[in-house]
Amino acid sequence: MAELRLPLAEEIVRDLEVGAGVELTGRMITGRDAAHKWLLEDFREEVAPFMEGSVIYHCGPVVRQADDGTYEFVAAGPTTSIREEPYQAEVIEKYGLRGVIGKGGMGLQTLAGLEKSGALYLHAVGGAAQVLAQAVKKVERVFMLEEFGVPEALWVIDVEKFPVMVTMDTRRGSLHTEVEDFSKQQLERLLAAPA
Amino acid sequence: MLTKERYVDTFVELIRRASTELPPDVVLALQQGREREARGSLARQALVTILDNVDLAKAKSAPICQDTGTPVAWVSYPEGTSIRQLEAAMREAVKEATAKSYLRPNAVDTLTGKNTGDGSGRAIPFLHFEEWDEPKVEVRLILKGGGCENVGVQYKLPDTALQAGRDLEGVRRVVLDSVVQAQGKGCAPGVLGICIGGDRVSGFSESKCQLLRPLEDTNPVPELADLEARLMKDANELGIGPMGFGGQTTVLGIKVGVLDRLPASYFVTISYMCWADRRAAVSLDPEGVATWLN
Repeated sequence: MAELRLPLAEEIVRDLEVGAGVELTGRMITGRDAAHKWLLEDFREEVAPFMEGSVIYHCGPVVRQADDGTYEFVAAGPTTSIREEPYQAEVIEKYGLRGVIGKGGMGLQTLAGLEKSGALYLHAVGGAAQVLAQAVKKVERVFMLEEFGVPEALWVIDVEKFPVMVTMDTRRGSLHTEVEDFSKQQLERLLAAPA
Repeated sequence: MLTKERYVDTFVELIRRASTELPPDVVLALQQGREREARGSLARQALVTILDNVDLAKAKSAPICQDTGTPVAWVSYPEGTSIRQLEAAMREAVKEATAKSYLRPNAVDTLTGKNTGDGSGRAIPFLHFEEWDEPKVEVRLILKGGGCENVGVQYKLPDTALQAGRDLEGVRRVVLDSVVQAQGKGCAPGVLGICIGGDRVSGFSESKCQLLRPLEDTNPVPELADLEARLMKDANELGIGPMGFGGQTTVLGIKVGVLDRLPASYFVTISYMCWADRRAAVSLDPEGVATWLN
């Protein structure tokens, strides 16, 4: 499994292909439905430095606040990415992201955006909230907590060996399209079979 | 004594168990899936991670998945029990479990978009009630995640595109279609709760209730037992696999129930439960002594 340090250089991203396992170390940001809409309504200068060259993680964590005010991720698996399909390509381009972490894969608009901007879709194991929370070493800060609530806020986190798999790359490769096409062929065969 | 406090304490523990520990039959099915998948495959790697996660969640008494879902409970109670008190106790328990981080604050005001902050909301938690002849109160809880709820679906037979008529072969066709539509998005390998018949409300109610059945049980209705077995075999030939990475483990269980219907309607309702098939159950006797069920 390749170990990569955030922020990522474009040439490294363009070298990686579907099927590669990657462990990420460094700083990333979380963001999901409300965040993506908000990121496009205006250029959000305050969060932009935390996104440039890094990745956005589709995650709505369970967070515990200690008595000293610091936060800790208690559970932090990925959420379904396809809901961000209308926004993702533009968010990647506008903020210079090198990747997106989520689950379930994304559509053709995002796939084209990955090729254009030089970014990857990285799949984390859905539901593996403890394994992934363990890789989150520190919560640096949070944006829009009051407005969006805990799951939808943008959390800036430091991660160590955060495990993901490349399932969409910069060459229009998508494991999700491959699997879907295969399963549709199988369905046709199973529906043709006698009852 | 079965006081409100006794109910609240018991329900908090019920929620903790559901959120942090998978039932043994589900763990076994995940282990069997892992052994089935080829060494070095993404499918096997996903199941290894899933099983590591299950162990870690139990050891840390922390949520298996950060989407702690909608708490849905089926409550059986003896005559004379106050349903209002049970409902209030469950709502209280959800708030306490949220404060203790067994649950995520998971309820959003649909109109304002604001999180209620304490895990409770309108129809959250959701309780079904049934009076019975036993002296005890029994509560069966599932935590139904949002990703898998989003891939649930209701078909209306006949379905011309799928050549699905109003019979069990028609049911087989739409169920397989639903699995293909879901791909990995419901966090495969999932468990399907299915209801044939009923109306648009009772169909989903019964399909969710089917999720309470242990994975290894056999449907008492022979033709439904045959349908479940056939569907398991077919669905696992679709090649979707864990997380939609490809592979042989697409579903862990398929449970089918039946309700009567109107002559005009023939619904097939499918509730998809993610691999984090979180359920827990408890029985409380009249003295307030709890027995934990599987």
